[in-house]
Amino acid sequence: MAQVGSKLETIAPGIPSTAPWTRRHLLDVDDFTHDEIELVMQTTDAMKEVLGRDVPRVPALRGRTIITLFYEASTRTRASFELAGKALGADVINVASSGSSVEKGESLVDTVRTLQAVGADILVMRHGSSGAPYLVANNVSASVINAGDGWHAHPTQALLDLYTMRQHLGDVRGRKVVIVGDIAHSRVARSNIWLLSAAGAGVTVCAPPTLLPAGIKSGEGGIDEQLAMPRVQVESSLDVAIEGADAVMALRLQKERMTSGLLPSLREYSTLYQVTEQRLATAATGALVMHPGPMNEGVEISTAVATSLQAVIEEQVTNGVAVRMALLYLLSTRRAQL
Amino acid sequence: MLSGRVVLTEDEIRRAVRRIAHEIAERNHGLDQVVLVGLRTRGVPLAERMAAAIAEFERVRVPVGTLDIGLYRDDIRSLELGSKVMPTDIPVSLDGRRVVLVDDVLYTGRSIRAAMDALADFGRPDQIQLAVLVDRGHRQLPIRADYVGKNIPTSLEEQVRVNLAETDDEDEVRIEKRED
Repeated sequence: MAQVGSKLETIAPGIPSTAPWTRRHLLDVDDFTHDEIELVMQTTDAMKEVLGRDVPRVPALRGRTIITLFYEASTRTRASFELAGKALGADVINVASSGSSVEKGESLVDTVRTLQAVGADILVMRHGSSGAPYLVANNVSASVINAGDGWHAHPTQALLDLYTMRQHLGDVRGRKVVIVGDIAHSRVARSNIWLLSAAGAGVTVCAPPTLLPAGIKSGEGGIDEQLAMPRVQVESSLDVAIEGADAVMALRLQKERMTSGLLPSLREYSTLYQVTEQRLATAATGALVMHPGPMNEGVEISTAVATSLQAVIEEQVTNGVAVRMALLYLLSTRRAQL
Repeated sequence: MLSGRVVLTEDEIRRAVRRIAHEIAERNHGLDQVVLVGLRTRGVPLAERMAAAIAEFERVRVPVGTLDIGLYRDDIRSLELGSKVMPTDIPVSLDGRRVVLVDDVLYTGRSIRAAMDALADFGRPDQIQLAVLVDRGHRQLPIRADYVGKNIPTSLEEQVRVNLAETDDEDEVRIEKRED
């Protein structure tokens, strides 16, 4: 978990990492060092090359078993982990909570111990409760990758977003990245704020006040100890926030936010917070449009923007496979030392 | 601190590279199907030097590729901490080609085995040949080099350090005691 008051190190891209990979688990990006980010980005370059081949498969993880354990729905994250594992020659088994012994009331710890006993080297898990992967990591000898836990973190999403931005923008230092949507309940936003801040980008979050973390204040640099999050610019008007942005990331608006009384109506939200062509026109020329998916076209993003040349949403998905290959590989080299 | 003894000087490295380039041209009369593939890290500048030498005396520009065998090793369990994997770059299809793998030191042969596995993913070469600057012995696999800069008998307690200007600011091969 975030270490409140930990030093936030701004990284310089392109400087080759010298430090080795030492992590056994990938639970969050809130304590990633410059070297670790660079190592993941460089390794992802190599994996992109593999994915570009006629037969995108290498034997690096032959004989290793990866088990994905998803307690929440997922299309792209689960599929991309599976493809990533298979491209590296690993055996990949998918376990969903429905249809498994979880439905019979088996506890999380018992389930993961069982999966370890059948031979999992790496457990990729998504869970609705923040912190669940930490509990699992403390109870297994396998490596654990957090594929999303509650409102807390989605580290592989943040890494693939940074990789995609760097492909288009090069150095992200000093670039303006706007994250618009349900910031308060978004693990994607949280992990992106950590990683982009570490990479030296200027992050602006934009949402109606009910969808912002309680007590968030606009600031620059350092860590807001109360929120255990890097300080970011806060702007409630998307028209203002989007001006001069180099990248705009729209988050999915979850329909349940309406029923819980945080939003008056879908129409009002989309009128004020939808990324539209008109709004995008005030961003920097060629600004990137990103979305972690799944999209509600016509709510947080207009169809015209989502299908425009500025949208790199499909690239995010493609890069997601390469980033996850890099992480599976790096965690395996670490495990080799145990 | 420099330790150990020099086994190849800058001049000797240059002569060895040029001799190997001549041998490659001689053995593959008609260089049109030849591709040089350097193994990262130090096989790459060696392959480029050989290609430059071939261009100089044969007036033929042979393609040069770069291979990272990190994803093909059979010993991921004993990989050095933080060993990096970099992109591979094979500029042409290898179908029907004569591929010359280029590496700095031939030792156990495991890197070359991994390299041959990797090459198979880029097509079906007509032939795979091997050029190394130094053969230090101690093979663990039935692999031998077609072109050798210098055979240097070593003990297992020694390590061969190849420095090249492109990667290490100087050309020199030394034998050192293994640091443990």
